[in-house]
Amino acid sequence: MRVVIAEDLALLRDGLIRLLTAYEFEVVEAVDNGPSLLRALTTHKPDVAVVDVRLPPTFTDEGLQAALEARKRVPGLPVLVLSQHVEQLYARELLSDSRGGVGYLLKDRVMDVGQFVEAVRRVAGGGTALDPDVVSQLLARHAREEPLQALTPREREVLGLMAEGRSNAAIAGKLFITEKAISKHTNNIFGKLGLPPSEDDNRRVLAVIAYLNA
Amino acid sequence: MTDADLRTPSLRLPAGSGPWLRSRLRPSYRGLLIAFSSQLLAIPLFVVGVLSIAYMGLGIGIAAVPLVMSGVRAYAELQRRCAREWSGVDIPSPYRPQPEFARDLIGLWRRCRWLLTDPATWRDLLWLLLNAPVGLALGLLPAGLLVYALEGVLVAPWLGHVTWYGYGAIWPIDGLLDSVLVIVQGAILLPLGLAAGPWIIKGHALFTRWLLGPTRKAQLAVRVHRLTETRSDAVDASAAELRRIERDLHDGAQARLAALGMSLGMAEDLLKTDPEAAQQLLFEARKASGQALAELRDLVRGIHPPVLVERGLDGAVRALALSLPVPVDVTIELPGRPQAPVESAAYFAIAEALANVVKHSEAARALVQLHHAKGRLVMLVGDDGIGGADPGGGSGLRGIERRLGAFDGTIAVTSPPGGPTAVTMELPCELSSPKIWPSSETG
Repeated sequence: MRVVIAEDLALLRDGLIRLLTAYEFEVVEAVDNGPSLLRALTTHKPDVAVVDVRLPPTFTDEGLQAALEARKRVPGLPVLVLSQHVEQLYARELLSDSRGGVGYLLKDRVMDVGQFVEAVRRVAGGGTALDPDVVSQLLARHAREEPLQALTPREREVLGLMAEGRSNAAIAGKLFITEKAISKHTNNIFGKLGLPPSEDDNRRVLAVIAYLNA
Repeated sequence: MTDADLRTPSLRLPAGSGPWLRSRLRPSYRGLLIAFSSQLLAIPLFVVGVLSIAYMGLGIGIAAVPLVMSGVRAYAELQRRCAREWSGVDIPSPYRPQPEFARDLIGLWRRCRWLLTDPATWRDLLWLLLNAPVGLALGLLPAGLLVYALEGVLVAPWLGHVTWYGYGAIWPIDGLLDSVLVIVQGAILLPLGLAAGPWIIKGHALFTRWLLGPTRKAQLAVRVHRLTETRSDAVDASAAELRRIERDLHDGAQARLAALGMSLGMAEDLLKTDPEAAQQLLFEARKASGQALAELRDLVRGIHPPVLVERGLDGAVRALALSLPVPVDVTIELPGRPQAPVESAAYFAIAEALANVVKHSEAARALVQLHHAKGRLVMLVGDDGIGGADPGGGSGLRGIERRLGAFDGTIAVTSPPGGPTAVTMELPCELSSPKIWPSSETG
């Protein structure tokens, strides 16, 4: 799988290259600033890009802006954005074209290498990877509302994991219950929230996020 | 909840100005109030004031001066308020700030000294004296003009036939032509008198400002006092902030990193002999580094939120609004960016105000409005909650006041029981070049 990396700190950039190479990704280019990132993304059109939000030259959200611009030029280009902090605002902007192939994680999550690589693969496959911090804020925002209160604690747990972008199988593995039990939960959740049921994992996740983002 | 619901009485424009005639006649009875009070209140106050000072030597003055002067100041304050509300002439209070006085004879003596060394006290007395003729003349003028004009229309023409009498430019009134000219004069004078009323009242307000407003020197003294106060607040606050950061780093990230190093060192030792224990140690090391990162992230957010660096005040406030459990309507109209220190103060003030909304208001919705007008950044944070926020009580509100005070900013809270609550904050500042990022929709 071909990947572009954008990270201005050499230590972290080398770490990411080493990590992804070890998991059989091919790093086609590693850049350290916004303009080079936009060029790399539009010329290589990689299977997935791992991008730091804050990059030179402005040291503002240069990386995020480049990623958003690249997705405008190459619709659906899979991008996983990493940051030292997560903001609903940025998550919203990344998800706004509702095409999937988007990830937004705290840099801390890289430490759990297995989960991180799984997230990169998921985004490359057109899926979604939202940081648990973003999801818990989204859920807190809706916690007082009627439909979410009707969910059982277990269903709320499943909803949270779904919003992070995980498949039924992954949720089942995480909660130590069968996939069949999970699909029963998800059917209940979709019923209670009034969302159209969908067998497609990605579309289902996007529906949940769109619901929570509203 | 609409904008108008949140706007409090003090922010609302004056209500529609009643029937036409009543609003026309308003300057007349206001003038009469000025005239009567200038005789019935000001003259006695002046006399008692001068006497109480004169009797200082006999001791009785020491007790009387504070009492009489508080009366004088109350009357002067009333006149300042009238000038502001009737004529829009703003007269700031010129008095020196009141120190704490002991409740004994020495305290009383100090209170007298504080009063008598304040030039504003003497200017008050001078105003009482001068206002007796000036207030009487200017006060009677609006009503007098109207009465005279009505006389010209209704009374004078007929009086002229009965006795030797004249009006305006015609002395005496003799014959029909003169009578008609008298009526014309009165008819011209009537609208002129009505139109002049507000200006006469304003003239009195300007006279009042001349003596009851702070002199340039007093203004500077007040300014110096305020600067000293806010500087000491700012210094205290930043020292406390540094202390908190030091403690957080010392007890948090530093301790965790030390533990992390220890775990790694032990894992290194055990790698060959006891791989299972080494793995457990590595797991703990990873957990500790995650916790250290989380703590550092919280710390950084408290010092200077990264999103403020990345998106400026506009984006940071929107990001903040999105992260709260209460829906917040954000409206921002800023053609540029304030300087970084102002931006930071504004952000934390808004964050504190919104935190209060979440913690105390039980609101279903909140709103944030930002705009820049007359060299000031104006921030409104409102909610439809239970109200009853006490500007003096909450340490949160006092913290905002301190934060804004360092920049000469102000905060005003209106929060009647039952709500809604509106917190209006202002920061004097200039905006720099146009903003870089287009603003997104409200959140």
